[in-house]
Amino acid sequence: MAYALRKVGLLLLTLWAAVTLNFLLPRLMPGTPADAAIAKLSQNGPVSEATRAAIEAQLGLPTGNLWQQYVDYLRQVVTLDFGTSFTFYPQPVSELVTQALPYTIILVGTVTIVAFVLGTLTGVLAAWKRGTWLDALPTLTGTFASAFPYFWTALLLLFFAGYVFHWFPTSGAYGPTATPAFDWAFISDALYHAALPALTILVTSLGGWILGMRNAMINTLGDDYVTFAEANGLKSRTVALRYAARNAILPNLTGFGLALGGVVGGSILVERVFNYPGIGYLLYNSVVNQDYPLMQALFLMITVSVLIANFLVDILYGVLDPRTRR
Amino acid sequence: MTTTEQIKTVSDAPVGRPSRWKTVARIGSTLWSNWKSRLGLIILGLFILVAIFAPLIAPYGGSQDGFERSSDASAAHWLGTTAAGEDVLSQLIYGTRVSVFVGFVAGFFSTVVAVLIGLSWGYVRGFIADVINFIVNLFLVIPGLPLMIVIAAYLQNGGIAMIIAVIVITGWAWGARVLRSQTQSLRSRDFVTAARFSGESAFRIVFREILPNMTSLIVGSFFGAATAAILAEAGLEFLGLGDSTTVSWGTMLFWAQNSNALLTGQWVLLFAPGLCIALLATSLTLINFGVDGISNPRLREGSK
Repeated sequence: MAYALRKVGLLLLTLWAAVTLNFLLPRLMPGTPADAAIAKLSQNGPVSEATRAAIEAQLGLPTGNLWQQYVDYLRQVVTLDFGTSFTFYPQPVSELVTQALPYTIILVGTVTIVAFVLGTLTGVLAAWKRGTWLDALPTLTGTFASAFPYFWTALLLLFFAGYVFHWFPTSGAYGPTATPAFDWAFISDALYHAALPALTILVTSLGGWILGMRNAMINTLGDDYVTFAEANGLKSRTVALRYAARNAILPNLTGFGLALGGVVGGSILVERVFNYPGIGYLLYNSVVNQDYPLMQALFLMITVSVLIANFLVDILYGVLDPRTRR
Repeated sequence: MTTTEQIKTVSDAPVGRPSRWKTVARIGSTLWSNWKSRLGLIILGLFILVAIFAPLIAPYGGSQDGFERSSDASAAHWLGTTAAGEDVLSQLIYGTRVSVFVGFVAGFFSTVVAVLIGLSWGYVRGFIADVINFIVNLFLVIPGLPLMIVIAAYLQNGGIAMIIAVIVITGWAWGARVLRSQTQSLRSRDFVTAARFSGESAFRIVFREILPNMTSLIVGSFFGAATAAILAEAGLEFLGLGDSTTVSWGTMLFWAQNSNALLTGQWVLLFAPGLCIALLATSLTLINFGVDGISNPRLREGSK
């Protein structure tokens, strides 16, 4: 219980730090959103003081001293009121986020779970058959896949499967004629559009799970209890899965928890390549258009979800491995 | 790192000053003896040569335009030209400079920060250690790419220096954590206790006594950080967050997607810069196979 309470305290402290960082970041940087807007305008001619005041008023810029701004900001965060977007004016930020969230969660979430299960099982197999091609092949591909720029993998898939062979659509989450609805026509269309981004994320994330599981399991395979289980004449499948893999999975489970938290952030580069309208693409858009309210809200949301996932993993870890409770 | 080698180093060099070059040479020969890292060193060496001699190798200037637009491969332009009428091969050659430079500089600074923080964090105890622990964990847990993108957005088209700064800010924490745990395990060794009893300052114990024992970890985290930096730089430039007038592999991919090279079927524009990024990053990963062997003889090739 003391372990859980300490973790809750740490979570609250970290949340506060992340929220404050999000508040300080734009204020530490040179210039304000109004400066950026005026810099764009001034390319077409001089900007008057009145125009400047009008822009500042329109963008709803913070007023008062830093402390007052901080208090206002905290109130906004607690009430989940992130203001209006600059680019999609007058749509509120929260509405844009709610629109994008389902696409990212379904696409990246599903692929993350599939990649974890597939990668971990392959890792178990590789460790159990170490020294054979069943070990060498996945280990080698996994290692090199981590050095590949994954947006390049996305671009190549887009080019060959999308533009050259026309197997899959090249952009968006659904066709131009489809309207989002909960029927078979739309869902099949959405799945068809999600195929390439899903394949990219699967290919690029599989390697990490394989390597993590393999290396952890090679360690547990050397432990006495595994030798003992083998000496007792247990079936090799039972030894591999029930004895060695069960203890080796802990580090990978941590990674899985963090990856689930990272799902909310989406896969920015992949979503950009395929113009997939998820959170990552929204973040990209907000950055390119200097849409600060949207950007701040997205970054806060992405960070908070990772923090909470991290917290849940810590708690789970304490349950699964009592040694970590100290 | 065998015992005989250590004794030799001490007896050869003037007292208290082991030669740095000997250490570098020893690391080099350990890396060269492993075929994976040898291959990595050769690929990396080629890229460095291309980067240094870019003006001699490249047929045209990196941003020299005015050629026929979007042309396919020909005798004058081996890899064709871009939509803005620049020679693709020349851009590729000049682009090497940016990636190699960013990789090494950002990797170096990330490692320096990681060493400074990781080692002091591993050595101190009590309240300060808790505070550092909190800060490092915060940086570890905040998602790197979104943070990089957001900072890059606030700094607006800052060019290479901005990209390096962003990569260092977001990239040091992992190395710091690895170095810290190694420092913690070395702290209780006899030679550290001996140094403490002989009255050496904490600073000297950490950076003169403990640090040399972690050479392989530091070299490893340098190559790891450099790989991450090269990939991050390419990603940021591909998103158009750097200075898009710089000629680099990332901006080449950015322009390739934004000038519809996919539609016109100019796959070289897409394929070549990505392949170079992948090769350069792979070479660093390959080198790191041998780095593990510097400190752990059990991981050396052929000694299983």
